[in-house]
Amino acid sequence: MTVTTLVSYDDAVAQFDPVLGLEVHVELNTVSKMFCGCSTEFGAEPNTQVCPVCLGLPGALPVANESAVEAAIRIGLALNCSIAEWCRFARKNYFYPDMPKNFQTSQYDEPIAFDGWTEVELDGETYRIEIERAHMEEDTGKSLHVGGATGRIHGAERSLLDYNRAGVPLIEIVTKPIEGTGAKAPEVARAYVTHLRELMAALGVSDVRMEQGSLRCDANVSLRPDAQAEYGLRTETKNVNSLRSVERALRYEICRQATVLADGGRVTQETRHWHEDTGVTTPGRSKEEAEDYRYFPEPDLVPIAPSREWVDELRATLPEPPAVRRARLQEAWGFSDLEMRDAAGAGALPLIEATVGAGAAPQAARKWWSGELARRAHADGVELAELSITPAEVAQIQAMIDAGRLNDKLARQVIDGVLADEGSPEDVVTARGLEVVSDDAALGTAVDQAIADNPDVADKIRSGKVAAAGALIGVVMKQMRGQADAARVRELILERLGQ
Amino acid sequence: MNELITRSAVELAELLAAGEVSSVEVTQAHLDRIAAVDGAVHAFLQVDAEGALRTAADVDARRAAGEALAPLAGIPIAVKDVLATKGIPTTCGSKILEGWVPPYDATVVKRLKEAGLPILGKTNMDEFAMGSSTEHSAYGPTRNPWDLERIPGGSGGGSAAAVAGYLAPLAIGTDTGGSIRQPSAVTGTIGVKPTYGGVSRYGLIALASSLDQAGPVTRTVLDAALLHETIAGHDPCDSTSIDAPVPPVLEAVRNADLSGLRVGVVSELRGEGYQPGIEARFDDALKLLTSAGAEIVEVSCAHFVYGLATYYLILPSEASSNLAKFDAMRYGLRVLPDGVSDPTAEQVMAATREAGFGPEVKRRIILGTYALSSGYWDAYYGSAQKVRTLIRRDFDAAYEKVDVLVSPTAPTTAFPIGAKVDDPLAMYLNDIATIPASLAGMPGLSLPSGLADEDGLPAGIQVLAPAMADDRLYRVAAALESMLLEQWGGPLLSQAPELEVAR
Repeated sequence: MTVTTLVSYDDAVAQFDPVLGLEVHVELNTVSKMFCGCSTEFGAEPNTQVCPVCLGLPGALPVANESAVEAAIRIGLALNCSIAEWCRFARKNYFYPDMPKNFQTSQYDEPIAFDGWTEVELDGETYRIEIERAHMEEDTGKSLHVGGATGRIHGAERSLLDYNRAGVPLIEIVTKPIEGTGAKAPEVARAYVTHLRELMAALGVSDVRMEQGSLRCDANVSLRPDAQAEYGLRTETKNVNSLRSVERALRYEICRQATVLADGGRVTQETRHWHEDTGVTTPGRSKEEAEDYRYFPEPDLVPIAPSREWVDELRATLPEPPAVRRARLQEAWGFSDLEMRDAAGAGALPLIEATVGAGAAPQAARKWWSGELARRAHADGVELAELSITPAEVAQIQAMIDAGRLNDKLARQVIDGVLADEGSPEDVVTARGLEVVSDDAALGTAVDQAIADNPDVADKIRSGKVAAAGALIGVVMKQMRGQADAARVRELILERLGQ
Repeated sequence: MNELITRSAVELAELLAAGEVSSVEVTQAHLDRIAAVDGAVHAFLQVDAEGALRTAADVDARRAAGEALAPLAGIPIAVKDVLATKGIPTTCGSKILEGWVPPYDATVVKRLKEAGLPILGKTNMDEFAMGSSTEHSAYGPTRNPWDLERIPGGSGGGSAAAVAGYLAPLAIGTDTGGSIRQPSAVTGTIGVKPTYGGVSRYGLIALASSLDQAGPVTRTVLDAALLHETIAGHDPCDSTSIDAPVPPVLEAVRNADLSGLRVGVVSELRGEGYQPGIEARFDDALKLLTSAGAEIVEVSCAHFVYGLATYYLILPSEASSNLAKFDAMRYGLRVLPDGVSDPTAEQVMAATREAGFGPEVKRRIILGTYALSSGYWDAYYGSAQKVRTLIRRDFDAAYEKVDVLVSPTAPTTAFPIGAKVDDPLAMYLNDIATIPASLAGMPGLSLPSGLADEDGLPAGIQVLAPAMADDRLYRVAAALESMLLEQWGGPLLSQAPELEVAR
């Protein structure tokens, strides 16, 4: 690979107008798979959630999961799509070992939902994203390449296959070309995926956990000289597995394509892979020599013809639109615009809502999720919702603070313990012995010792310089490894020194 | 020859009910017959003597205990090797599935087991049901009991030969374009392709999903009706299965009155290409139908002439996709490529498919892959679907005027082994009369119409009816059968030569 210096992002977007196209795969959280009764639970022993149908054994036949169809229709409606009166599944034919039948049952020219739109907010601006289609398909199995250096197929000694995921229902949501976002294109893309994640969570149709692959994004981008020009040749970047990656991968691709174009070159229309660690994309299969999938209507499945009554019933179950919901929550919580935007941007709204629901005050809940926890998520490179702490646990920790059992410093240690999977906040407090000591007997001894060790400071306090008490409190806190009830310590010092 | 094996299933059922014989005795008699003659006929790929006798003993015990049993309980049956049978190897006549033992039963097999029919074994077939002679089996051809040098039809030649040669009183076949009906015609047996969706396809290893249908192969129309009722009916595991009551086929056999019935003769399904002896027996049958009070009407179905071309686009298209799963990754044959030290999965797939599929299968995979490829889709697969609709409309228009349609089942009697195996188009023409109903998803039945004058081999007449009017097939076939039996003075099969018994 030749090493070239890329055009800077600012130069790239100054010279070229980016056009986006986003394909988001949402793994549904139905109890069973798309075409059989096997469980969809994540993380089971390999090949334990399989049957003749999802293993594609000779003779086995699929039957469409009605809950998945229902979820697809609700997603379509939430994206303001038309719902097909009649549509079919189609076979996408290609050979790959993690696909048991060597075809994927998907939808081709007859998607269940089409021609929709949704609105995304970013920095106070609203972007309307046109939705081309949302269609149903089945997931593939997973290949694990063993013996190579990279975990990728290249150089591996052998590959292991796990078909637990084969047949899990997916909805693929495809946008029309997104124009007019200019330099903000990567951020709009990120905001769109964030918005979809929020929407799917509100619909209750998916776990939307990007790190587990239940929300996946393929990011297409092309550049053109200006907003009036024809679209340039695009690349499709895969393996974009976090919100941050969506933004980073697109920024990289825009710089890379701008470098090629600025040099008088031609962008190759191809699939590229995003590398989270190195922050670059590398070429995959070239679209120009892409396989011919030989789509045709799946003859093993009958067409789906959702009645208008059913569609109307499902429309009535739709949750509040995100924008309306945000306005309502802001009002109820009394957050400033900035606080609200920060919380929404961090994907914290549903978490704050759940934390408030579990008994915490809104500002306290916001402080944890938008502050401490957001920092930790960022440092670990994961999404907020991916942290292994629940809103209920955050509410429990806040309740302990409110009751004087923890101070902020101890609370952060409790969070450390919960994130390290040491158990519930109570478990962590017990196991680590983190509770604030407010027992006068224990505190008194430490206070007396501190006074004895620091006669100068004690004298200052005796002479009325009450502010000097802080130094003695620090000594006591150090002595008690931060677990002393600071307010009580202060009282005891002042009491003993006659103030 | 044990006299028991020449009895019909219904006669055997009566003997069992009366306690005159046991299912174990009936089953053993057929196993003995298989041992004696199948070396020459080669109807079976697998014989499961132990399993069959176990089921027979179980049925005998249940009968002795006074349990209410299904009508065909204890009557042994042969099953085409295209249906998954738990614990019994299932190959589809292909090397690529050699040794594969399904972990589950096809719904048809499940229903047979629930009804207490001992399964004698799995019958030979053209590889993946592609063929009209059973010569395309990777395990060698099946021979016609009427003349061991001739083909038994195909793809279900094994099931038809087993029933014609008294190796089994009943068999299950599958019909994609004629694979039940044409073998029945050339072996002098009864074969029924029910309405598409009438019998579950779950566990039927797909050739062409939109065409495949399992059905009965028997020696009498009444036996076929009983077997039809045993295997038919809605199955939630097959979304193309019809959720409606099974047409009253048994009642149709018992009240086979033809007076006032309008019978359409399809002008496109006779004449050029049809053997004179076949046409002569067909005309005789029409006279019998008239004498029984039916009205014969000539009808034209103009698009039937495109049936073969349409079929040979739709079938290979679906088959090319259905057969993609045979890739050595999970089950069946695995062949490593020659001279490659560290082969990739793709290389293993290619080497296995090269070694595991026979020439006819490869031909159709290539045809189908081509017909579905971008740039050719509209011209081939797309056009074929349109013509398929036109053929269905021809049927609909015909059934405005008549209750059933009739034609010769196959254009010729059984031809010598080897005569057409290198000429695919000649082979495909065997199904010219059976394909239209397959494309329309409509039911069809073949029964013997007599022996052709020129070669003394069985000829077949085909009865067709609208979807879910399978009972009409049985009404016509039962009436015609009884008149023919009277004319022949006994079953046609009694005129077949005795098979030489191996010692």
